Amino acid sequence: MSAAEMTGPLVKPKLGRDDWMQRGFMLVIALYLVIALALPLYAMLSKAFSTYAFDLTAFEVQVSDESGGYNTPPVTLAELNADRQIWSKGDLIVGSDGRLGLTDLFPDFSFRSPVMYKFRGVTADDIYLVGSERQTGPEWQEFDSNTFRRLVIRPAKDVGLGNFTRYFSTPSLFQSIENSLLIAAISTVITVTLAFWFAYALARSCMRFKGVFRMIAMLPILVPSLLPGIALIYLFGNQGILKAFLMGNTIYGPIGIVIGSVFFTFPHAMIIISTALSISDARLYEAAVSLKASRWKTFWTVTIPGARYGLFSAAFVVFNLVITDFGLPKVIGGKFNVLAVDIYKQVIGQQNFEMGAVVSVVLLVPAVLAFAIDRQVQKKQVALLSARSVVYEPKPNKVFDRIFLGYSSLVAVFIVGIIAMCQFAALVKFWPYNLSLSLRNYNFDLMDGGGWGAYKNSITMAILTAVIGTVVVFLGAYMVEKTKGFEKGRAAFQALAMLPMAIPGMVLGLSYIFFFNNPSNPLNVIYGTMIILVVSTVTHFYTVSHLTAVTALKQMDTEFESVSASLKQPFFKLFWRVTVPVSMPAILNISIYLFVNAMTTVSAVVFLYSTDTALASVAVLNMDDAGDIAPAAAMGMMIFYTNAGARIIHALASRRILRRSEAWRRSG
Amino acid sequence: MLDAPAPTPKVYLHIEDLWKKFGDFVALREISLDVIEGEFLCFLGPSGCGKTTLLRAIAGLDLQTTGKVEQAGRDVSNLPPAERDFGIVFQSYALFPNLTIEKNIAYGLENEKRPKAEIRARVAELLELVGLPEQGRKYPAQLSGGQQQRIALARAIATNPGLLLLDEPLSALDAKVRVHLRHEVKELQRKLGVTTVMVTHDQEEALSMADRIVVMNHGTIEQIGTPVEIYREPASLFVADFIGAMNQIPAVAETTGTVTINGKVLASDNSAFAKGAKVVAAIRPEDIIPVEAGEAEAIPVQIGDMEFLGSFYRATITCAEMGGVELMVDFSINAVRRLDLSIGKSMSVHLPADRLKVFPAEGG
Ligand SMILES: Nc1ncnc2c1ncn2[C@@H]1O[C@H](COP(=O)(O)OP(=O)(O)OP(=O)(O)O)[C@@H](O)[C@H]1O
Ligand SMILES: [Mg+2]
Repeated sequence: MSAAEMTGPLVKPKLGRDDWMQRGFMLVIALYLVIALALPLYAMLSKAFSTYAFDLTAFEVQVSDESGGYNTPPVTLAELNADRQIWSKGDLIVGSDGRLGLTDLFPDFSFRSPVMYKFRGVTADDIYLVGSERQTGPEWQEFDSNTFRRLVIRPAKDVGLGNFTRYFSTPSLFQSIENSLLIAAISTVITVTLAFWFAYALARSCMRFKGVFRMIAMLPILVPSLLPGIALIYLFGNQGILKAFLMGNTIYGPIGIVIGSVFFTFPHAMIIISTALSISDARLYEAAVSLKASRWKTFWTVTIPGARYGLFSAAFVVFNLVITDFGLPKVIGGKFNVLAVDIYKQVIGQQNFEMGAVVSVVLLVPAVLAFAIDRQVQKKQVALLSARSVVYEPKPNKVFDRIFLGYSSLVAVFIVGIIAMCQFAALVKFWPYNLSLSLRNYNFDLMDGGGWGAYKNSITMAILTAVIGTVVVFLGAYMVEKTKGFEKGRAAFQALAMLPMAIPGMVLGLSYIFFFNNPSNPLNVIYGTMIILVVSTVTHFYTVSHLTAVTALKQMDTEFESVSASLKQPFFKLFWRVTVPVSMPAILNISIYLFVNAMTTVSAVVFLYSTDTALASVAVLNMDDAGDIAPAAAMGMMIFYTNAGARIIHALASRRILRRSEAWRRSG
Repeated sequence: MLDAPAPTPKVYLHIEDLWKKFGDFVALREISLDVIEGEFLCFLGPSGCGKTTLLRAIAGLDLQTTGKVEQAGRDVSNLPPAERDFGIVFQSYALFPNLTIEKNIAYGLENEKRPKAEIRARVAELLELVGLPEQGRKYPAQLSGGQQQRIALARAIATNPGLLLLDEPLSALDAKVRVHLRHEVKELQRKLGVTTVMVTHDQEEALSMADRIVVMNHGTIEQIGTPVEIYREPASLFVADFIGAMNQIPAVAETTGTVTINGKVLASDNSAFAKGAKVVAAIRPEDIIPVEAGEAEAIPVQIGDMEFLGSFYRATITCAEMGGVELMVDFSINAVRRLDLSIGKSMSVHLPADRLKVFPAEGG
């Protein structure tokens, strides 16, 4: 309506001291994420798309006769090869440090022959070695036969899909895709089903011992994912006590992976589904009851629709956990190859880094997809959450409650059984022949894998991860959530903070090799140290911590910053005096989450530890690999007890802080 | 009428051609206004009209897109909040939950290298000022909403800012406390003499507290004036309708000083509209005067409905002469008794010419 238009000059904000400091902080933390995440991933991707092949057209040779006279013209190696059909095209594709000797091209070569060779690269970029001496360029050089024997050419780098072509034409490799998808899908269905009924029993029945069940369901979080694998070996392995149950099938393979995966993903699914069930609206149930709907009908028309986002979300999370897990299939997978283990085999076993990178890219696809879908589902769930609903109070029903008590007990026996089996195996002298108990499996120093030093390293690493990680994550979340202006920078930071969730640990670890183990990178100095283990672990578990911090910060009044600024106080005063104390419960949650995961993680660090920085979780893997299964179980149980202890300390600390702040925290 | 205000008032806050856009959405358009030193100014308008946006631009919390803000002669247009001079109270109060009341109030005093004793004395003085001398050791969650509101006020004025900004400071309180606190806040402001800008969407609050009111709609200023001016001489139909009750009757402009409503010619304050222009005639219910039948300019009407509202009756009357137009009219209890008014009864009213306002018809 109004004809007036905005004409004045745009107001450019003058940045205050706080603005500069906040930007500085954000830059530092963004830089951390770039160095610890974006650049390594980039290095990994470029590795996957780098192919190396000997370029025979790039070198020329001229051969003399027996008397040293050159009466044939110089030819390229390609021409020679075309002539003599020595190497096929496939022979020339190699890894980045491939070398090719040339004597094969000369069928009558003899190192004692007086024949002389003139050799050159066509351009300055064409590299060849004489012995270990590096030579380049179009300068002709003359070699006698004995020296020519030691001449090798280096491959040229090219960018393209060559590695992928090779991957997909190697059935033993791409079979893993199907295997990985299959076990992830089966485990997902089983875990989500089991976890749903368990969560349902906790939320909707009046069975007894709910607290105990809830606690037991959380136990698998405290152990490395390979621990159930070890327990399964003892239960169903070649000398397993329950081997007969498998009716001739072997536990080494898909069966073992699926059972172990169900164990270690159960708590994750249970938490998500419990949350979904606890927010469904009691009023809907009352309506259903007043309509005299049967329990069964109520279940399908009220419970399932209300929990569906939770179910989807749990499914994607479980799928992601299983497909990216490395420890379990490594221990119990046998000959059944999966993607995560392939990366390890390519890199550690065959030193084929390019192929490791290719498998990583292949593994990234389902992981990123599952992650992206889960984010969408979560958004919808949040919308559900914000609609205020009434909490459902279950009413006792004898039969119903008994059935669920029985069911929950079965699940609890499964979880406790796996852990107890490990503990028993760790204490038994010589399975299965001498079942008397001893502590000799705890003499880790007698085994390969790092000994008690590895355990100490793990504790150091976990504490450093918890402390440094919490500081970095909380500061980062604060900058994203509570600062003004700089919108694009904040949005980019937020996206970067979400990324680690989608990156499998194996991929992250391999990326770190490519990025940090590069002599031309000044950060190379942290390679092989404790620092790189802490950095990779903080990064690996960044997203969940970040989301916890953001959620806590969102609950705080958005105007605190405005009030503080109006009173001319610097933002860090508010941060110390108000933001941090008020967020203390969340801060403690982040640190225990980081601690526990740092203790149990295997996937990223398995590529990064050195002899000085061996870790307990990796020691479990290595002792198992070396056949020391009982000590592996013993070390696994050490991790379990350490984490259980840390959780108890965490619970006590949280209780204390809550009690001290009771006066000012609004209840409810 | 009131006496004229003090001569040559000093402008403390000057806003010139201020615009604010959120993407393509224009939240503030062409805002220009002056706030006089020591005055209590209210931004009044419906939800979403841009009051908070304007207040935050003044504070530097969310900068305007274009336009100038001058405070005490200093151009502060692009300064961050910390480099401006104001105290602010939000609807949520934003009291720091983990600090005691004393620490909350002392928060802004602490950095000025003041001795502790002085800070303590100032806090005590402020607690006294807002009438809560005994509450210093408690935490915000242990106080009532009204008490929290006063603490937020005390914290905002602790450093003696030149400008006090209040964003709906009373709207989170229940009705009774709200009315009581209106009084207290106004009293405090008068005592301190601090220039104050308050945002509200509650017209009663604005009318009872403000020295001047800025009525806003759709990001523009509709009218600036004292409460009486705004009420008596609304500059637009929007203002007329938003503040108090107003009868609106479609009409046609006649010669200067008259309008026609469905054929009935009435004297009015029309001076701006040419004969034949479509207009809206407007009159407040309390401006319609009951008269004896047969008096000059008496219009016969019939009472359709009557509602007792405590201190007066609000009736709906139908005027046959104006083609059955219905009007709201307020009768004092006295008038009802004197004229023996009741539902269905016929009577006569008078529409004073100076109270019958004429506005352009919407979309006309
Ligand atoms: N950050 C933002 N981004 C986009 N639009 C916004 C933003 N903040 C406010 N607006 C829009 O600007 C308009 C004015 O908002 P403002 O908060 O100033 O209204 P208000 O007059 O204070 O209303 P209320 O009485 O509801 O507080 C609204 O239409 C609002 O939707
Ligand atoms: Mg507002």
